[in-house]
Amino acid sequence: MNDLQLWSVILGGTLVTFAARLSFIALIPPDKLPPFFRRGLRLVPPAVLAAFVLPELVMPGGRFNLTWGNDRLLAGILAGFVAWKSRNIWLSILTGMISLWILSRM
Amino acid sequence: MPAREFLAGVRDQLPILLGVIPFGLIFGALARSAGVSPLAAQGFSLFVFAGSAQFVSLGLLRAGASPWVIVLTILTVNLRHTLYSASLAPFLRRLPTRWKIALAWLLTDEAFVVASARYRKPDIALAHWYTLGTGLTLWVSWQASTALGVLLGSGVQEGSLLEFALPLTFIALLIPSLADRPAILTALSAGVLSVALARLPYRLGLLLAAMAAVGIGLAVETRRQKRGEEHHE
Repeated sequence: MNDLQLWSVILGGTLVTFAARLSFIALIPPDKLPPFFRRGLRLVPPAVLAAFVLPELVMPGGRFNLTWGNDRLLAGILAGFVAWKSRNIWLSILTGMISLWILSRM
Repeated sequence: MPAREFLAGVRDQLPILLGVIPFGLIFGALARSAGVSPLAAQGFSLFVFAGSAQFVSLGLLRAGASPWVIVLTILTVNLRHTLYSASLAPFLRRLPTRWKIALAWLLTDEAFVVASARYRKPDIALAHWYTLGTGLTLWVSWQASTALGVLLGSGVQEGSLLEFALPLTFIALLIPSLADRPAILTALSAGVLSVALARLPYRLGLLLAAMAAVGIGLAVETRRQKRGEEHHE
């Protein structure tokens, strides 16, 4: 691909990404949306976060692994427990990293 | 105070950087090895500013895909941002247009999850400064780490321990978002569906899982509210 084509990919990619991000914020006022839809918006953060996290824990390296041998899963559960008890992001990350480091050496 | 909100947004984005900066480095290095010029590599980060879409683009560039295919793929990968846009829109609707444009420009996965945690707390009159602080912090870090990756080139190694930092941050943000039973059921469904659909390309699994889970959560909430009303009668 030549440089002109590459920059047109960047321009096109920028436009479609910005359009997705701007969509509801600027183009469609939320009060025009049906009430059912508006109530659902509250549930978007837990849905998106869980959809990100769970595959990372139970499918390390792309392979499904729901056993005690899955270090990432165990470290993630420990980090989640610390997050629940402490509500401290740094402490949760530290717990997860140290657990993964120890487990990977056992 | 705007400054206080802005700095709080910066501060709360810092843990996320631990997971994001390695990806910026890897992106810069991979772009060079895919034959992308240093300027165009930085251009991706400056303007497209979307981690997974940028990585997918590199893969397609290597495979010799046409520009149209790559742009359509970027759109597909970033469709999930419409969910974030909808979720934040009610909080931003009274802001002037220039604010809406700026905050939409900075609306990444990482900015969204941190900002939406802020909007669950009280006193949100100045929370747009928080969202700006958190978004700008990520933007600056993404530019710097891409530039460094471009400079270092093949010297950048993928580290499995740091790759785990981002999922860990998301776990720490997920737990407080599980405020009630509909939220917990939504998260459970989203996680299970996302694993089941993980084989779908272009992060479509994540988008579909999140949308279906919100539907399930809403159905549960509606049933609960109906039952609540019956109890009151």
